[in-house]
Parts: sequence; structure tokens; C-alpha cells
Amino acid sequence: MKLSLEKAKKFYRQMLLIRRFEEKSAQLYTEQKIRGFLHLYIGEEAVATGIMDALTPQDGVVATYREHGHALVRGIPATKVMAELYGKMEGCSRGRGGSMHLFDKKLRFYGGYAIVGGGLPLAVGIALADKRMGRKGVTVCFFGDGAVAEGEFHESLNLAALWQLPVLFVCENNLYGMGTHLKYAESETNIAKKAKSYRIEAHQVDGMDVIKINEAARKAVEYVRSGKGPQFLECLTYRFRAHSMFDAELYRTKEEVEEWKKKGPLVTFKKRVEELGIWSEIDADAIEKEVEKTIEEAVAFAEKGTWEPVSDLTKYLYSQEVSS
Amino acid sequence: MSEAKETTYRKAVGKAIDDAMKKDERVFLAGEDVGRYGGSYAVSMGLLEKYGPERIVDTPLCESGFTGMGIGAAMNGMRPIIEIMTVNFSLLALDQIVNNASHLLHMSGGQFNVPLVIRMATGAGKQLAAQHSHSLEGWYAHIPGIKVLTPATVQDAHDMVHLALADPDPVIIFENALLYNNKGTLDTSLEPLPIGKANVEREGKDMTIFAYGINLFKALEAAETLAKEGIEAEVVDLRSLRPLDDETIVASVKKTHRVLIVDEGWRSGSISAEIMARINEQAFFELDAPMYRVCTEEVPIPYPRHLEQAAIPTPDKIVAAAKKMMEES
Repeated sequence: MKLSLEKAKKFYRQMLLIRRFEEKSAQLYTEQKIRGFLHLYIGEEAVATGIMDALTPQDGVVATYREHGHALVRGIPATKVMAELYGKMEGCSRGRGGSMHLFDKKLRFYGGYAIVGGGLPLAVGIALADKRMGRKGVTVCFFGDGAVAEGEFHESLNLAALWQLPVLFVCENNLYGMGTHLKYAESETNIAKKAKSYRIEAHQVDGMDVIKINEAARKAVEYVRSGKGPQFLECLTYRFRAHSMFDAELYRTKEEVEEWKKKGPLVTFKKRVEELGIWSEIDADAIEKEVEKTIEEAVAFAEKGTWEPVSDLTKYLYSQEVSS
Repeated sequence: MSEAKETTYRKAVGKAIDDAMKKDERVFLAGEDVGRYGGSYAVSMGLLEKYGPERIVDTPLCESGFTGMGIGAAMNGMRPIIEIMTVNFSLLALDQIVNNASHLLHMSGGQFNVPLVIRMATGAGKQLAAQHSHSLEGWYAHIPGIKVLTPATVQDAHDMVHLALADPDPVIIFENALLYNNKGTLDTSLEPLPIGKANVEREGKDMTIFAYGINLFKALEAAETLAKEGIEAEVVDLRSLRPLDDETIVASVKKTHRVLIVDEGWRSGSISAEIMARINEQAFFELDAPMYRVCTEEVPIPYPRHLEQAAIPTPDKIVAAAKKMMEES
């Protein structure tokens, strides 16, 4: 395994950015600056970070309602993501979507989808268009273990495999669909195995280890880009925080959460990089300060943001109104 | 120069798809049995041989999957036509149509439009019983962000495919299954009447019958019968259920002062109820009589012919309602 110092710093910075961004978001939620649903990704940062690094600007991303991390790492500025969480017009979806619906067309960030499983068919279509139009793009589709029970999961895997489409399916298996453990939801809990039944090459990856995820992602993206069809990664991960801000977490024990925290993405990363002998070359304090500054700027930007005028309520219902 | 030709509704739709595919490489047709089978209503017969399986795409039975696929392809630069075999099956794709296709442009702050065309068969009358015979187009018209077209004439069967493909947003076309064999005139040199315009099919002074899809012809038949009894009914083809053409509707009300709406949907919460509400809002004082409507009885469509016909609008029911309205005012 090779990991350049530059890449190591990048991974650390990105994972820390997600962590601190979301900690701040949780705080802002209690201050009622952010309303609605807020689903935190804390604990799962390694997945988005490791996968996104394997992509190029020509690739597309389809995400879920737990997508702050994906948006940030794909390159939507923290300012625009935070403004979106505030519901301000300067947000990446004009404040219309909020936490669950982040979009950025220029970055080919096709959005956060809040109907579990609903993004998968879109990824199939985005990939089909790339293939038909002779582009080399790969569409990465993120979803959780809960989506596996939805019909759209099976329909989409079948279509992607049947038509050999350039989709990389990334299942973020954090063991719980809201409060229901995978073992109460699936007769077969090995999700990669289900993907294989559609003749899709599928691998289980340690979802807490950004380096392992990145390696798997690079191989998978290369395979998909070469035109061999879809691939599937099941990233075994864990959500440290509640499902949303309204969750008393009655379905799992504190001990279980603490056990997972011991192998959290930041902890694991430090251990791995220490083994490689380059941790001492990473100025963790400087990165922490840099991230802190980014978050401060994001909050200031969101605070200063403006509310979309009510007169714009029906704007963009249809495209004709885009130009007017 | 006029290029009017006699053809069928089925062939008019097929020709429009064929011409669009010839003209624009981004257009493709996908759905259950559209290719090797030739289309469940034979609309796409012969197109697979012409365009190949990458553009005439046979899909497995997964309405949500292939409709969502169409949305994704539309977001990424293509112009898909998704064929759903019948409106009852489209319920399996409702998540994609409602939560994604119709919401995406607004929800993304104007970034992602969805230039998707969905076609499906609708309506009763072929004794196909309770899971193949409903008329849910009024339901779809409830949803902001999509457009809902109901071609009745051969000309519209053709033109609406082109109008829908030229539209940057999702458009659903409801083709009444009984219309596919209808014959009529198609003139491809004509400029299509735009989306959102209703059409006065028959002039009259005593009342207006508003109808769409196959019920346009039932209304015209009823108007002939009424004319023999001295009642001159105007017949308006709504053409588009979303957007509704308030202007044409209100203009006709101001002319005839009596309203009868024919709607193959169930009465409660129907598109006919919406039209009545709009007339109430915009032309209440023009009315000389309470508004009437002929809708489908609120039952699942039964199999035997006599019960099926008893459930849906017929020319006789339209005539009876019209006469009752005239007597009361």
C-alpha cells in the first residue's frame, strides 16, 4: 500500500472538515439556526472521502439525505453547504432543499435524495446517458443498508448489470435503517452477496479505513470506466450520532457505540499513518486550525445570507421561468 | 402546402416517435415490450429494426427502475420517452414521477430540469377489469412540476409527442387505449397547437361540454343528439389537464352560460371538480345554471361489459345530464 504525504494530509483535512462541519451543524440545530431534519454523517467520513478521491470532474455523484460529507468532499464550498442548511438563497440549492437536498450541477453532484432507494434508478439513467453519448464518466451512487430492502435497489442493480452501465454502487452499511438493525431487516445480511447475485463484481470493505476504501474505489472506478459494467462496494461503517436530531437511540447500547468509536475513521487513520511512519509529518494542529477557519467562514457566510423573496416561491417550477 | 393524410391514432404516435428519433440522436424509447414485441399497443412496431436495441429499449418489469432511469438520462442530456404499459402500472413508478421528476427543478434551485416524456395508456372500455382500466390523469394533474396531456385527435396524438419532446420539463401523455384504432386526418405541415391550449371542437350557444381524450368523441356524439332536439352545445377539447386553459374555458362559459364536464376519472377529487372550482372563481356570475358533470361511478371498473359501461361516461349519460341542466334553468 502506498500513500503519499500529500494524499494523507488531504484525507485527514477532508474527514476533519466533515466532522467539525457536522459538530457545528448539530450545535446550530440546537440554536434553531438549522431546522427540519438534520442527519449527521459523523463516524462514516472515511467512505465519502475515500471514494470521492477516486473520481474525476467528469464523473457523477448521486447521494442520500445524509450527504453533507459527500457534498463537501466533492467540492461544494462549506459556505454554500452551510447556507443551504440555513435555508438561505446563497445555499447550493438556493435554500430550497435544506440538509437533505444538496445539489451542484457544475460539479455533477446530482443531489441528495430523501426517499430511501430513490436515487438508484437515477444513477442508472445518468450512467446510461454517459455510455450512449460516448462519454467516459462513471456515476457513483451512495445509499445505506436500508435501501437494500427497497425494490428500487434490486431493479437498479439488475438494469445496471443487464446493460453493463458505468455505475459504482456504494452501500454505506452502518448497520441500522433508522432504528432497525440489519438483522431485523434482511434475510441475507451480506449485502455484497446480493449484488453478486446480479452478476455484479462486489466487495466488502472496512468502512472505517479511508486508505482501504480509497484503494478499493480506485480499482472499482478503473474497472467501471473501462466499460466492463457496474461494480459494487459495501462499506462496513457506523453512525456515531443519532439517526436525526429527533432520535433517542433506544435501539442500541452506549457500549456498542463506544466500541465502534474506538475504530472510528479519524482514530483508524492516525493509527494507519503512524504505521506508515508519516503521521509526524502531518501538522494536525495546523489542519485543525485551517478547518476551524473554514467552518467559521461558512457560518458567517450563512448568517449573512439572504432569504429568497416570497415572490420567487413558484420560480423554477417549470424551466421557462429560469430565464425570466 | 397541406400534407393531410388519413391515418390511425396508433400510427400517428408511432410516426411522431420515428421522426423524432430520426431528427435527434438524444431521443430513445424505453419500456416494457416496446422492442421485440412491437409495443403492447403496437405503437412502436418496426422501430427496433430501424434504430436497434440501444434506442428502442426493452426493459424488464420494473416501472420505478426504468422511469427513474429515464429521469437520470434526461438530467444528463438525453431526451427519453418512457412508455408505461398502462396507467395502473404507473403507480409502481409514482415515487420517481412525483418525488423526483416533478420536484427536481424547484428543489435544486433551478439547476436540474428533467426533459422527460412519459407515455401511457389510460381508460376503460376494453373489459380489462379493475387493474387495467382506470383514468388517473386527473390525479397526475394535481402535481406541480409536470405537464399532463390527453390527446384525443389523431393530429394531437402526433403533435403532442413533438410538443412533449421540445419541452424542457417532464410531460406525461395519456393515450386512451380505445383511441389507437381511431382514424383521422394528420397534417404534419401544421403548426401544433401549444401545450396548455384547449380547442373548441364544436361551436354552440346553449351550453359548453368540456371533455378530453376519448370523451371528446362521446361529447361530440351527444352534441349531435342534442342538436336534433334544438340544444346547441359547444364542445371544448381540454387537451391539457395541467396546465388547464382557463382562458378558453372561461371564454366559453361567458358565451354559453351553462357547463357540463365529462371526466372518466372518479368524481371525488377529480379534474372535473377542479374545473368547476375555477369557473366558480373566475366566472360564477356568468352561470345560468348549476354546473353538471358526468364522471365514472366510484367503483373499481368491473369486467362484464354492461357493468363497465354503466360505470363510465357514455353519450347517453351526457345527453341526459345536458337535458336535465336545460330543464332546470
